[in-house]
Amino acid sequence: MNKLIRFIPLVLFILLAIVLYRGLSLNPEKLPSALIGKPVPAFTLTQLKNENRILSAEQLTGDVVLINVWATWCPSCRYEHPYLLDLAKSDRIKLYGLNYKDERELAVKWLNDLGDPYEFSIFDDLGRLGLDLGVYAAPETFVVDHHGIIRKRFAGPIDANVWQKEFEPIIKQIEAEKAKGQ
Amino acid sequence: MRLLTLVISLLWLATSQASPIDTYSFKSEVDKTRYQALVKELRCPKCQNQNLADSNSQIAVDLREQVYIMINEGKSDKEIVDYMVARYGDFVLYRPKVNEYTYMLWFSPAIFLLIGAVVVVLILRRKAPPQAQQAMSDAEKQKLADILKEE
Repeated sequence: MNKLIRFIPLVLFILLAIVLYRGLSLNPEKLPSALIGKPVPAFTLTQLKNENRILSAEQLTGDVVLINVWATWCPSCRYEHPYLLDLAKSDRIKLYGLNYKDERELAVKWLNDLGDPYEFSIFDDLGRLGLDLGVYAAPETFVVDHHGIIRKRFAGPIDANVWQKEFEPIIKQIEAEKAKGQ
Repeated sequence: MRLLTLVISLLWLATSQASPIDTYSFKSEVDKTRYQALVKELRCPKCQNQNLADSNSQIAVDLREQVYIMINEGKSDKEIVDYMVARYGDFVLYRPKVNEYTYMLWFSPAIFLLIGAVVVVLILRRKAPPQAQQAMSDAEKQKLADILKEE
């Protein structure tokens, strides 16, 4: 018994070391979204390129929908933009933009200059839909399935690596569910 | 000395000016107090070690405004907190809820205290010297009486 007691501090130390060591490799900015498994929040906003066209959540159609939150004031959005242009060529996904807290003129110019990867962009200058989606910075990308349910949220710019690691698995899963008729 | 006081008070002034100040006007003092309590208790999702009150980031400004709007709409504290949690998750709470994810957080200090107490008790029980209770022999009593007499 006496010998066992002597080992208690060692055991506690090892447990603590394991916990703290694990903490070193966790990314504290990677927050789970509160909206996973919930439908896209309702909204009534205008289209970026046409302020007379009113958009709502029902218009985000497609088997696998990507909602990409972007803005002209966001440097990482410029970084991911060429990859989004590539993505838009694929038939597997429908890419929609959410222009977040931006100015219409600047945003339209951005799309005209750099190319427009989106089916259309929702113009959310006050960040109302952004708030409902729990967006806290740009770029962020949401994956929505064929039932209109949010399946994933990714904060940060997308490139080929991120796409393979973060998006490919969930998209394959949605495609499989769709094939099974779920 | 006077100079030192001046320097310290100037430094103090600098820190008190560092947090962002919004010019919101409230319907009542109670609302103002509620607002201040809420922005202290809600965490900024972008700058993770700051609450809404301390952060200057755009999202913190937006969320402070949202808290202000909801207070003026007459929403209760619980409604406002639930609104934030529905969007940003439990993460926005500086005082985490008690659930299966936070049991470790809430109860591990008590468990460690308990382990410590058990260890202390075990050690003390082992170390109690058995001879300490023995009565003095007659010779020792005599010796003690002699010493006391000499005083």
